[in-house]
Amino acid sequence: MSERTRAEIADEPSWRASDFLLRWETILFGLLILVVIGDTFLSPYFLDIDNLSDATANFSEKAIIALGMALLILVREIDLSVAAIIALCSLAMGLAAQAGAGTVPLVLIGLVVGAICGAFNGFLVARIGLPSIVVTIGTMSLFRGIAQVVLGDQAISEYPEGFETLGQDYFIKHPPLHYSFSLFLIFAVLFALVLHRTALGRKLYAMGANPVAARFSGIPVERIKFGLFVLTGLLSGIAAVLLTGRVGSTRPNIALGWELEVVTMVILGGVSIAGGSGTIPGVVIAVFVLGLVTFGLSLINVPGIVISVILGFLLIGAITLPIVGRRIVASLQSQR
Amino acid sequence: MDRRSDRLGGDRRGETRVNFLLRHRELALAMIIAAMIGAIGIYAPAFVSRANIATVLDDTSILFMLVLAQMIVILTRGIDLSVAANLALSGMISASLAQHSPDLPVIAYIATGVAVGLALGLFNGALVAGVGIPPIVVTLGTLAIFRGLIVVYGGGNQVNAPQMGETFQSFPKMTWLGLETVFWIAAALALAIALFLNFTRTGRNFYALGGNPLAARYCGINISKQFLLAYVISGAVSGLCGYLWVARYGVAYSEIASGYELTVIAACVIGGVSIAGGVGTVAGALLGALFLGVIVNALPVMQVTPFWQMAISGAVILAAVIVNARVERRSGRLILPEARRSAGAAK
Repeated sequence: MSERTRAEIADEPSWRASDFLLRWETILFGLLILVVIGDTFLSPYFLDIDNLSDATANFSEKAIIALGMALLILVREIDLSVAAIIALCSLAMGLAAQAGAGTVPLVLIGLVVGAICGAFNGFLVARIGLPSIVVTIGTMSLFRGIAQVVLGDQAISEYPEGFETLGQDYFIKHPPLHYSFSLFLIFAVLFALVLHRTALGRKLYAMGANPVAARFSGIPVERIKFGLFVLTGLLSGIAAVLLTGRVGSTRPNIALGWELEVVTMVILGGVSIAGGSGTIPGVVIAVFVLGLVTFGLSLINVPGIVISVILGFLLIGAITLPIVGRRIVASLQSQR
Repeated sequence: MDRRSDRLGGDRRGETRVNFLLRHRELALAMIIAAMIGAIGIYAPAFVSRANIATVLDDTSILFMLVLAQMIVILTRGIDLSVAANLALSGMISASLAQHSPDLPVIAYIATGVAVGLALGLFNGALVAGVGIPPIVVTLGTLAIFRGLIVVYGGGNQVNAPQMGETFQSFPKMTWLGLETVFWIAAALALAIALFLNFTRTGRNFYALGGNPLAARYCGINISKQFLLAYVISGAVSGLCGYLWVARYGVAYSEIASGYELTVIAACVIGGVSIAGGVGTVAGALLGALFLGVIVNALPVMQVTPFWQMAISGAVILAAVIVNARVERRSGRLILPEARRSAGAAK
């Protein structure tokens, strides 16, 4: 992967089939095709446009956050508080709905609270210079803790009808496209364009590859990191709007454990935890792989926790096999 | 430790009292905990009774052990997110052994827990040290795998107290000198790890490795072996805690200690273990765990709903990381006397 990045920096590298075939995105895409074929054999209900459309609703909210998380991990940061931000946004919207707020104010409240939470993380990481993994473990407890203090063991479920439509209804009826999935597709294109076609995108790679060198070459590293945390908070706010609308209630344990699923999407998508490499198309394919494996297995009634074992092996296996394979190839070549 | 003592030998005279406390964060943390216990005691005198203090120590014992093991991993710049899942799986297997053959000596159940935990830790370690996958990725994956395996193994059933048998359950709850066995096990483990980290070459290597992996490699330290060892220790301790947890609380199912890995890491951070690696002491880690243990046990006494627990520990983690960052920034890089003098003049 790092060789690919180096090749991109050089002037127009010559195209080689092996480069293309060994790209992480190509491998992932092959995996995706295998998953689709496997699922089709597993269940006759898999290749059904309405079923598939409902399946997208189950991963689109996480996938939207994964786009922001991908940029954070690309610049060597991480945000483990995203699920807790959802809980806090959902709480704020629930309280506003109880006070009689309509759909539009509710959505705005969700987005603003998400952005504020993100700004809080960004302030601690980018301004004060604390390690993001510790900061966001702390804010994860803090944000969800606040939701827990206010809600106790209660739930809020008095939402206006228009608000619930956002999480449940279709953006386009034929083919059936959920609002959440449509938003994910639009964001994915936007993120891909910004990351792969603009100067800002190149700056993110520079920051991830070498933050100190990036700072010395005039990239406002701290400001961009702050912005990325706000962005991820905002995306979590959007996810909170969609999820709260979809399930129609706010509980303190809403979206519990999602941070790990989101990080899994990003890492399987080929974004290196060491920073500086990874692509949006990779993350998008990983989202589909994870989403469709989950959907296919749940069609044949595999329990959720067993699916998580399979996803865990998928994550580790997908990362281990190319490394081991490359080592075997290298040792074979050196023997020659 | 050695880095800090170097600094102590250096410019000790000019420092203020605040700086002194910031440097000796174990002392500062101990004072904060003492003040906290004192304040709670004024509000609710029952809290500072001998019996209650013993309860707090017993309840925190498992956290003490997990924090020490996690510290070793964090010293190597790693992280082990799978400890709680490992604990739950080892505990489950140990409990089901007790369910099927309840008349074995208790050491058999303990050994089962430790062995299972060790094997799971070995799996983590092989992936980190052998394949070279970042620890956070490996343990994120194994966290899901271990938890799921509990359901696969137990068929989704839980093992309840009556099924475990008396031998299995009574051991951690036997009291010696007013404290339960689980506390004495934690104390013995803490002593062993303190001796290991401070007085053996392998133990010191963890600090060298975390401080500067490249330099450690040039010094001839077998980096892979150290990584592997860190995850094996973490796994074995989690397995031990798995038995203790299940035996003490009398139930084994897939969700026990869910999310506890974050409490463990939080205690490390509060105790001054640097997530950047190479910095952390046994005393600090234990105090970090004690801090959280006191809070958890104090809330009901203070008649605060347990719903506050999460928010408070979040705020404490943030406060601790801010304070620790200040201390780390203070760490002087000026080792030559001339440089120190000119820096002093510049002030």
